[in-house]
Amino acid sequence: MSVEVEIPSSKTYSVLPKMGPDGGVEGEVLEVAMGPQHPSTHGVFRMDVVLDGETVVKLKPVFGYLHRNHEQIAESTSYLGSMPYTDRLDYFCSLTNNWAYALSVERLAGLQAPERAEYIRVITAELTRLVNHTCLAGFLLMDMGALGTPLMYAFREREKILDLFEALTGARMMCNYMRFGGCRVDLPAGWLEQARKIVAEFPRFLDEYENLLTTNEILLARTQNVGVLPRELAINASITGPMLRASGIDYDLRKVDKYGIYERFDFRVPLGDHGDVYDRYMIRILECRESLKILNKALADIPAGPIIDPKAKIRGFRPKAGEAYGRIEAPKGELGFYLISDGGPNPYRYHVRAPSFINLTILEDMCLGHTVADVVVILGSVDIVLGEVDR
Amino acid sequence: MLGSGIIKGMVETARNFVGSYIDENRLVTVEYPEERLPLKEASRNFPFLVYDGDDAAKGLRCVACQICEKECPPQCIYIIKDTAKKPDYIGKMQLQPKVFDIDLSVCMSCQICVEVCPFEAIKMDTEYELSTSDRFEGLLLHKEDLWKSNQYYHKIHPTEAAEVDARLAEEKAKAEAKAKADAEAKAKAAAEARAKAAVPVPAPTPSPTPQPVKTA
Repeated sequence: MSVEVEIPSSKTYSVLPKMGPDGGVEGEVLEVAMGPQHPSTHGVFRMDVVLDGETVVKLKPVFGYLHRNHEQIAESTSYLGSMPYTDRLDYFCSLTNNWAYALSVERLAGLQAPERAEYIRVITAELTRLVNHTCLAGFLLMDMGALGTPLMYAFREREKILDLFEALTGARMMCNYMRFGGCRVDLPAGWLEQARKIVAEFPRFLDEYENLLTTNEILLARTQNVGVLPRELAINASITGPMLRASGIDYDLRKVDKYGIYERFDFRVPLGDHGDVYDRYMIRILECRESLKILNKALADIPAGPIIDPKAKIRGFRPKAGEAYGRIEAPKGELGFYLISDGGPNPYRYHVRAPSFINLTILEDMCLGHTVADVVVILGSVDIVLGEVDR
Repeated sequence: MLGSGIIKGMVETARNFVGSYIDENRLVTVEYPEERLPLKEASRNFPFLVYDGDDAAKGLRCVACQICEKECPPQCIYIIKDTAKKPDYIGKMQLQPKVFDIDLSVCMSCQICVEVCPFEAIKMDTEYELSTSDRFEGLLLHKEDLWKSNQYYHKIHPTEAAEVDARLAEEKAKAEAKAKADAEAKAKAAAEARAKAAVPVPAPTPSPTPQPVKTA
């Protein structure tokens, strides 16, 4: 049996290149495959770009180079066994991934994390947000040609926070720390003092970072009015996270869902007006400052007590049949885990709603009409991690 | 003024550059391998097997229950049970592993084997300079490469090891108390039985049931 493949007779362009009187393209359009081994693509990711001169007339994101069967593996291993795999989704923010997965399993099994564990979760998640946002700004600047300096400053601060993570969880990036109904180990002695010290010093670094970048004319020229994402499109494409808020939509799961203990903290949700790359950069810096507020309060208020629900079981964990969806505001957007249990030791269905992946779907709409150099900047501002896009 | 943002940024980099000579906070580079950072107590790398006492083969805590093999997410553990048994720390006869292999090229250092082990037999090591030129055999560790003494465990994770020892001691004490209680109960029962046997059980003499006096 043969399969008929329909070959389109004429190519369609999202933005029309220079057209001649007969309806054909005047001159030549050039098809370029940016990636998969391109340094600005943040991993193995390809963009098939059609160019008219320097202008993008068509762009097709191609991914899947890093596909590793995450969901199928999780369906064939125990609930606890896929916790370390969630670290490897968005490897910059393993603790928020852990939290989202733990949250959905807790909803499935009816577990409740104790007070202290909730505080630890908030503290680690907000520290993760600091790491992610400052490093993202560094990567974005590196895509624009500021080779090194902002990124290395961000990494210097990240190192301090990763030291905290290592002291707590035993690993710097692949933390594997949250458990269903709490956390794995309690804070070691002196950890809170160390964390308070780092949080107290962080605003100084943010000021320094902003001095370096925010008013820089080159940055302004490269980012303002580039890659504008209109509000309607952002909502329709179900964009979440700083991308959505940069387009001026007030939607933060920490406020909307009030998961964990977030309603106890007083913080604001920064919003942008233009939805361009500059707004996305600025939103992240402002979110860092809001995170610091949350951290200061959480580090001051954290109570003593147990860190895991006494009902939680390590061996022979079998939640009753049912389904659950747990979602949190990860640094990149809404990260959700959808689980169906049939009462067995492993999930019947396991699905990840990955923010990087969904935020990437509107890449073409943002890039059309811009130059190749801007495509790199726009992609940088989306904040993707390919581990999460491809899964 | 055009360019003021750039100048501001330059001032910032200059401050960092000069600061890196005097300020400890900006002087962050560690020249590995000449100098090393001290390891965190919680840090983990690859698993090892703990043994008590001096004889590794005799004191190995692992009883080849294969829970870690089953739970290991990337399935890097391989165990074959031995047919011979040996006493564990309580004195109960337990199985032991004949083969216990961990493939370090597969292991992802997630620590789940440590969490699921009911016998405190497998723990995380902090050794990190493990590179080898032998791609297959060099990273496949056998039981003999994996076992390390409880003293070593105390050295790398003092707090955790102390907790584990306390827990094991408590279990042992409980087991001993139970054994003692059992023994006492047994002894008591035996004594009672003996006593019962010793006490001359009244011979089944015909009970002097009063004969019904026949009255005329």
